[in-house]
Amino acid sequence: MTIKIKKTQRQGAVLFSEYKRGEGIKQALKLGRENILFELKTSKLKGRGGAGFPTSTKWMLTAAAKAEEKFLVCNADEGEPGTFKDRVLITEYPELVFDGMVIGGYTIGAKKGIVYLRGEYEYMLGELLTYLEQMREDNLLGEKILGKDFNFDIEIRLGSGAYVCGEETALIESLEGNRGEARNRPPYPVNTGFNGRPTSVNNVETLAAVPHILIKGGEWFATHGTDKSSGSKLFSISGDCEKPGVYELPWGIKIKDIIKLVGAKDTKAVQVGGASGICVPESQFDRTLGYEDIATGGSIMIFNKDRDMIHILKNFMEFFVEESCGQCTPCRIGNVKLLEGVEMIENNKYTFGYINELKELGKTMQVASKCGLGQSSPNPFISILDNFTDEVFNTKRNGANNGK
Amino acid sequence: MLVTEKNSLTEEIEELCKEHGNVRSALLPILQAVQKKHKYVSDFAQQEIARMLDIHPVEVYSVVSFYSFLHSEPKGRNIIRLCRTIVCDISGKELVENAISRELGIKFGETTKDKKVTLEYTNCLGMCDQGPAMMINDQIYTQLNPEKAVKILKEIK
Repeated sequence: MTIKIKKTQRQGAVLFSEYKRGEGIKQALKLGRENILFELKTSKLKGRGGAGFPTSTKWMLTAAAKAEEKFLVCNADEGEPGTFKDRVLITEYPELVFDGMVIGGYTIGAKKGIVYLRGEYEYMLGELLTYLEQMREDNLLGEKILGKDFNFDIEIRLGSGAYVCGEETALIESLEGNRGEARNRPPYPVNTGFNGRPTSVNNVETLAAVPHILIKGGEWFATHGTDKSSGSKLFSISGDCEKPGVYELPWGIKIKDIIKLVGAKDTKAVQVGGASGICVPESQFDRTLGYEDIATGGSIMIFNKDRDMIHILKNFMEFFVEESCGQCTPCRIGNVKLLEGVEMIENNKYTFGYINELKELGKTMQVASKCGLGQSSPNPFISILDNFTDEVFNTKRNGANNGK
Repeated sequence: MLVTEKNSLTEEIEELCKEHGNVRSALLPILQAVQKKHKYVSDFAQQEIARMLDIHPVEVYSVVSFYSFLHSEPKGRNIIRLCRTIVCDISGKELVENAISRELGIKFGETTKDKKVTLEYTNCLGMCDQGPAMMINDQIYTQLNPEKAVKILKEIK
C-alpha cells in the first residue's frame, strides 16, 4: 500500500531510451571538459525546471569561476503542484541522474555533488543511498573515478516541506542551514553559491539528459523537438483523464494532442506549468508547448466541464499564501490580497473595479517580487479570470459553463 | 522536563553534531533528526543545538518555524499529512478527510488525546497521478478512499 520503488517499462525517444550505468561517465572522461561543453552547446539543452537557462552556459560559467572548491547541486525539490516527473526519474532512472551529476561535477571542476531531495520524498532515501554505495563500489564515485585523476562524491540532503526551496538561491540558503529565503541576484550561484563557492544548480531532468547527449551526441539531441526547444520533455499529466502519469513527448506538441493521448473527455481547461503556470481554455487548445509558445516545467493538470474554476483558483491562491516565504512585500501581502479577491468572487461580494485593481496588483507582483514564486503566483489569478470570464462572472458556477 | 531527560537529549545532540559537523550548514539535518525521533524540537533542544553550533537560539527557532515539517510544539507519535492540492482535492480528498476525522474524533490541525496521531494538511506530495494521497511519517499512501484510509489508520501504532 505504501509506495514502493519499482521499475516500469517506459518508452521514449530521448530520456527513456536505452542507457547503461556508467557509460556516460566513461565517455565524459574520454571527451574532456571542453568537448563536453561543446556537445552540450550543440544540443541546445535548456534547464528543465521551467526557467530554461542554457545548461552549457551555466556549466561554462561555473567551470570558468576560480575557487578552491565548487559544488554541483541537483535540485530534486519538486514541489510544483501537478509535477512528479523527478519522482519517476530518481526512482526508476537513478543511473541517468547520478551519472549526469558526475559528468557535471567533472565538467565544472566540483568534487562534491549534493542532491536536495524534498522532504516528501524521504521514502526513497534508503534505496538511493544503497544505489550510491553501489556506484562507489564500481568506482563511478569516490577517489580516482575510473582510474582518472578525478574525485567526486554525492551527498543527499533532505528538505523539510518548503516549496520555495525549489528556487535555486533559496535552496542554497536551506543547504547552508538558513530559512529558505531567496537571495538577490546578482551575484549568481555560478559565482557565489553554496558556502560562497561557485555552484551549479540543475534540475533532475536536465542532469538526466546529459549522459544521453554525451553518448549519442549533441546533434542527435537537437534533432528532437523544435528549433528553440530541443530534445524531449517529461510531462507530468494528472487530473480529469483516463491515463495520468509521466509521458516523454517532443517539445512543440499541441495541448489538444496531449488531451487525446491521455484520454481526457469534456475538457474545459488545462493548467500548464502547475499552480504558477497559466490556465488554457478550450479555445486555445491548439497552442504548443515549448519556449516558442508556452514554456513549462512539465506540469499538466486537466479539468473537465464539471469543475468549478473559482474553486481551482482558490486552491492555487491558498497554496501561494501558505508557501510564500514572507520575505518580500509584493509576494507576502499580494498573494493574501489576491486570495481575498477570489473569496469575494466566490461570495458574490466583488466589484469589477476592485477585481481589475487586483489584476493590476498581480502585474506589479510579477515585476516587483524578489523570486520566481511571487513573480509567477499571479499567473493563475490573471489567466483564469481573463479566460473564464463567462463562467466566473456571468453565470452560476459549479461547472455549468464551458468558459470562454 | 526532567534533568535526566535533558542530559540524554544533550548527549543525543552532541552525537548528531559529531555526525554532521558543528557547522551552520549541519543545522537542518540535525533538526530533522531531532524532529524524527521526538516529533518536535523542544525549546531546550533548540538551545542546545544553538550552543553547540555557536549561533543564537533565535537563529535556530527562525529555521524551525520556517519549515512546515519542523515543529516547536509537541505533536502526536504519528503525523498524518493529507495532500490538499487541487488534483487530490478533485479526486475525492474531502471524503477521505471526513472519514479520517470521524474515525479519530479530531479535526485537522489537532492531536488525539492519547498523543497517537496528529492530523495535518500538506501541499502537493507529487502523487497527483495516484490521488488522493497522504503521508504518514515518512511513508506515502496513494489512491485513497474512505475505507482504505481508515484501514491504514488501524495499522498505525
